[in-house]
Amino acid sequence: MAEPASIEKSRIIDQGIEKGAEGLTPERIEKVITGMLKSEGGARLKTYVETCVHCGLCSDACHFYLSFDKDPRYSPAGKVKQTIAQVVQKKGRVSVDFIKQAAEISYTECNLCRRCAMYCPFGIDVAYMMLFMRRICHLLGVTPQYIQDTAHSHSATFNQMWIKEDEWIDTLQWQEEEAQDEIPTLRIPLEKEGADIMYSVIGPEPKFRAQLIYQAAVIMNVAGINWTMPATPGWDNSDMCMYTGDTEMMARLKRSHFETAMRLKVKRIVMGECGHAFRSVYDMGNRALGWKMPPIPVVHAIEFYYELLKAGKIKVTKKYEPPVTLHDPCNIVRGRGLHDMYRYVAHALCENVVEMYPNREHNYCCSAGGGVINCGPPFKNKRVDGNRVKAKQIFDAKTRGAKTVIAPCHNCHGGLEDIILQNELGMELKFLADIIYEVMEKPE
Amino acid sequence: MHDIYNFVSGPLVWIAFILFIGGSLYQLISRAMLASKKDQAVYSYMSPFFALRSIFHWIIPFGSVNSRSKPVFTIATFIFHLCLILAPVFLFAHVALINETWGISWWFISDSGADIMTVLVILVCLFFLGRRLFLRDVKYLTSVSDYVILGLVAAPFITGFWAYHQLPGYPVMMIAHMLAGEILLAAIPFTKLSHMLFFPFTRGYIGSEFGAVRHARDW
Repeated sequence: MAEPASIEKSRIIDQGIEKGAEGLTPERIEKVITGMLKSEGGARLKTYVETCVHCGLCSDACHFYLSFDKDPRYSPAGKVKQTIAQVVQKKGRVSVDFIKQAAEISYTECNLCRRCAMYCPFGIDVAYMMLFMRRICHLLGVTPQYIQDTAHSHSATFNQMWIKEDEWIDTLQWQEEEAQDEIPTLRIPLEKEGADIMYSVIGPEPKFRAQLIYQAAVIMNVAGINWTMPATPGWDNSDMCMYTGDTEMMARLKRSHFETAMRLKVKRIVMGECGHAFRSVYDMGNRALGWKMPPIPVVHAIEFYYELLKAGKIKVTKKYEPPVTLHDPCNIVRGRGLHDMYRYVAHALCENVVEMYPNREHNYCCSAGGGVINCGPPFKNKRVDGNRVKAKQIFDAKTRGAKTVIAPCHNCHGGLEDIILQNELGMELKFLADIIYEVMEKPE
Repeated sequence: MHDIYNFVSGPLVWIAFILFIGGSLYQLISRAMLASKKDQAVYSYMSPFFALRSIFHWIIPFGSVNSRSKPVFTIATFIFHLCLILAPVFLFAHVALINETWGISWWFISDSGADIMTVLVILVCLFFLGRRLFLRDVKYLTSVSDYVILGLVAAPFITGFWAYHQLPGYPVMMIAHMLAGEILLAAIPFTKLSHMLFFPFTRGYIGSEFGAVRHARDW
């Protein structure tokens, strides 16, 4: 017969979840959930929960399931069974412990990578249901501490990393000066009204990956792009509120981003190599604001590099020699179909490209996305162990000669870095911009 | 016995069809209204081209990566769904009954063909039962209602086979067969069997999201 959904497995203690749950009562839980089901629980939720026939065909789609020895609790439908399906069936009459467990599952055991939607014959969107569960947890105040801190930063500063306005401007000017040592005429134009492109990045770039801004400035200048960066809040395209379930704040962040671009009267937004930010600007945040598609064209770095290389605005002096393998980030491959442009760019820059399998839309997630890496150290081991299939995939590419892994996404970088270290894969990890900067023709 | 037979083969048939057709219409219309109230995204993003593209890839055998990676299941499930629908609709006895009542008829399959299809449905039901009992992930997902539904689907075929071959006690089985068929029909709109109604919409919607917005394949 069926196994109960709530077999004990050791739960991870997270201060945010624990403290948040302290003040909860079953009555409050029921009130919040019935309110949510009434206001936001529509036809999709009802149909998904009622249509799933428990066939288990989604199981093999999930890297957590595959990596944890096919433990059924990690299968996509298994995670639904332990969380939102019970919420719907019991109409919110669930315990405080249930909410704590549901928070851990929905925030840290699902990357919202949407791979399972491609394995379910009915196309049931498990990511949608996990986000619904997260939204309930957010409204109940039960969210993991680390990701909630970034959400607080978003609320207070409109960026993810508590960066103050002057620090932001200072960082850009610092990178401009650094880069001027190399190209004396180089500028990072701030607040240039009417530029063709507003270049936007995520909070962590000025915080601890400032060299990426340097490289972007070099690429823009060499390619002769009429571009600008904003000096006001709205520069950060990242969005952890999208992942905590704070839809209201997600919408405010995206409005600020779009309005900044409109104030600068640019033709389009080009974003750095980030996946979740792209999802937020292109897919989710715009919808929360009532825009079917973004109100201003949004171009991911891969597509932008593709345009530059194709138009010959960037020339390659000598291709990158060590064989590279390509990690496909979910949010721009399953989320935007950029895999072919990605390959065009990689082949234009590198001597030798070794494919990982499965790839393109069928790639395995890095296990960092969906806000999972942002839930911080308490969940790190589970996140890295939960993606042994990725380690295997990378190792397999290594046996076929790959020395460098390219991951054109910040979260993927964080996740793969941990996977490479823990599994002692001994491979280098790079953004596309790292390689472009290295191989491109620059003015003498 | 005759009273029961008359009831099961008369009023109950009407009730079953009314519940099946009426219930299906109710579910589809009420769900469409709910979507227009709370899930405008479904209407905004639904694209007939990409919806059909996705449905097409999932209704042909081995049209998706997942179905290629599970060949036994794929063959079993396609045989199952085909026979499940074709056998009762084109069974000679069923066509003859309709012809007697309303004077309309259509093409039918030979009795031996229907017999094979019936056995196939029963065998695949056993295969599904085996999956629920022995595959760890499927077992974990399975609740009592899943066994009940499997039983509901198998029952008309088991009893039909029994009655047709006039095995011992077949007059009772004949009544059980009609009853089981009626219960199954009536259950479709109100249980997980409603995937028969909603499949084109769930698949079509995700196909539209993947195709029109995300420019990616979903199979």
